Amino acid sequence: MNRRGPLPAPDSLSLPSMAAVRDAVAPTRAAARVRPANTPARLYTVLMLLALGSTGLVVRAVDLQVVRKDFYQEQGDARYLREMPIAVSRGTIFDRNGEPLAVSTPMESIWANPQQLLQGDDRLPELARALGIETQTLRDKLQQRADKEFLYLKRHLNPDDAAAILALKVPGVFSQREFRRFYPSGEVTAHVLGFTNIDDRGQEGLELAFDDWLAGKPGAKRVIRDRLGNIVENVELLREPQPGRDLTLTIDRRLQYLAYRELKTALLEHHATSGSMVVLDVPSGEVLAMVNLPSYNPNALSGADVASRRNRALTDVMEPGSTMKPFTIAAALESGKYKPNTPIDTSPGTLALPGGYLIRDTRNHGLTDVTGVITMSSNVGAAKIAATLPNEHLYDVYRRFGFGQPSGSGFPGEAGGVLPALRAWGPVEKATMSYGYGLNVTPLQLVQAYAALANGGRLRAPSFVKGAQNPDSAVVDPQIAATLVQMLETVVQPKGTAFPQAAVLNYRVAGKTGTSKKAMGGGYGKQYVSLFAGLVPASAPRLAAVVVVNDPQGPYYGGLVAAPAFGRVMAGAMRLLDVAPDNARRWYAGGPDSGNVVEAPAADYGGDATYEEAVPQ
Amino acid sequence: MKWLGAALLLLLLLADIGSAVGVVYARHEGRRLFVQLSRLSAERDEMNFEFGRLQLEQSTWAEPSRIENVARNQFGMVSPGPADTVLISRGAPR
Repeated sequence: MNRRGPLPAPDSLSLPSMAAVRDAVAPTRAAARVRPANTPARLYTVLMLLALGSTGLVVRAVDLQVVRKDFYQEQGDARYLREMPIAVSRGTIFDRNGEPLAVSTPMESIWANPQQLLQGDDRLPELARALGIETQTLRDKLQQRADKEFLYLKRHLNPDDAAAILALKVPGVFSQREFRRFYPSGEVTAHVLGFTNIDDRGQEGLELAFDDWLAGKPGAKRVIRDRLGNIVENVELLREPQPGRDLTLTIDRRLQYLAYRELKTALLEHHATSGSMVVLDVPSGEVLAMVNLPSYNPNALSGADVASRRNRALTDVMEPGSTMKPFTIAAALESGKYKPNTPIDTSPGTLALPGGYLIRDTRNHGLTDVTGVITMSSNVGAAKIAATLPNEHLYDVYRRFGFGQPSGSGFPGEAGGVLPALRAWGPVEKATMSYGYGLNVTPLQLVQAYAALANGGRLRAPSFVKGAQNPDSAVVDPQIAATLVQMLETVVQPKGTAFPQAAVLNYRVAGKTGTSKKAMGGGYGKQYVSLFAGLVPASAPRLAAVVVVNDPQGPYYGGLVAAPAFGRVMAGAMRLLDVAPDNARRWYAGGPDSGNVVEAPAADYGGDATYEEAVPQ
Repeated sequence: MKWLGAALLLLLLLADIGSAVGVVYARHEGRRLFVQLSRLSAERDEMNFEFGRLQLEQSTWAEPSRIENVARNQFGMVSPGPADTVLISRGAPR
């Protein structure tokens, strides 16, 4: 109002036009005056509209900010935030002395985003050259996956080679860290360790059994990425990566190699098709060596025969043949009816059973005693002894030594063998079982049972992991176990079936040979299994081992085929493990025969030495 | 009473701003440390991998078959026979 005072000029200048306007609107004003009641209604309408509008805005805002916030946040984040996995390496597997047996090393895998890569088509020849494939092959591969965003171009590359490919800077080509497993001992430890697949997950053996322990848990982190997918910034750690834990086995790499070498020698010498050897540490029940042939190279799996991947020592069953006899004798001693020197008449070297079954020894061993049945491995003697024992007792003793049930080693795919149920036991079945036919076992079960004899009659589940708890349980009286070990010593002495093949210089050896015909197609064929199970040193057994040779050509007796491998492995093992000789009177410095070699007499198989063979007809 | 309210308001306002700055700082610090952690753990991993590679290499060189081969063929070594072995007992010979 008072502003207008000093400046009247503009007002007066515009007066004429203002008047004209006033004239022009005059009729409207007149009309408004006619219905003055309308003004509040219009105001009200406008207010209503405004209120409605702002309510709409608020509702929309709440909808976006509160109700659908997560969705939009996610969509927004997805434009630049990414969760990236953090790869973790698989734990190393060590042998009992800390030598690595399986090691994971990082490799780079090259992958591509086909959509992005196909846009820059002109770079394909260059990329194909770097990958070592045809341009057309690469293009076909990409076009097949054109609707996808991920395609492996090449996996498990040496980091340097991968860097060379990435250095081309072809858009849409990335690398990702992955791990590859290496087994420095190759085929020597192949069956025990097993192997992993290309995604580093255990597929066989201990790699499978301890997969969760070894694998670890991959972590995750959130990163900010630019339009091209390059990482701009690490934002936060979502999950702490847990690297795989290491595993220390009970396997001794040196013994493992020794067993492998000697088993291979035995197989080559006898043109056998396959074989297994297991060495147990008697006091602890730990598996020191477990080898199988044929083997495979776990570092280059493709092309390997699938049958060669089987851990025969655990998965394949065989009839134990005469290696079963000590357990029959254990039952005999336990019954109190027999002493080691109780006479047994095995004449005339055959025994007829009802139903036309004829049990044979290789020759007539005449009148001998219980020890002699073991020494010369008389089937007739074993069958005669078994016939005097109650079925239940014999079954119970076999069962106690772990036959007919998995050993509890925890190894994947372990077989349990077959011990026929009691009601299936007729006189014939009982007789044949007493010398190891009509039931079957795995080499691991057999060595476990022998280790129980050696361990004062206490059975332990074989373990593969150092420090694992495997409590023992008494299965037979310590006195009986000791007596049996003494009897088994006679097998590796003159007149025994494994002398001198299984003998180890300076050490006393106890053991038992076994030979069985392979059952096939409802009968017994011309193929044999040669076995030897033994304990060293006999005075205080430290090692128990079983050698199994399948289908040897030429001589097939366990004493000739399997026992020599046992002797050679044990000789090496005693030296490697620093076990004090228990048969070394001659070897002490200054002793009466210092330095003299104990000359083993030449084997005379036509004479005193005896071999078993039993063929149920 | 009035000045007390105003002072309280001011205090709260200052505390609010202070905590906001604190949040920003903590976030920044968190990111900085995370970047450092990532770098260090990558470094650690590299070292572990290098260790694994070296172990693998050592293990390959120490392969018993190779050692045996070198010992026997290259150096002409043999395992001592019983005739060359002298056993020394700590106590009196048994």
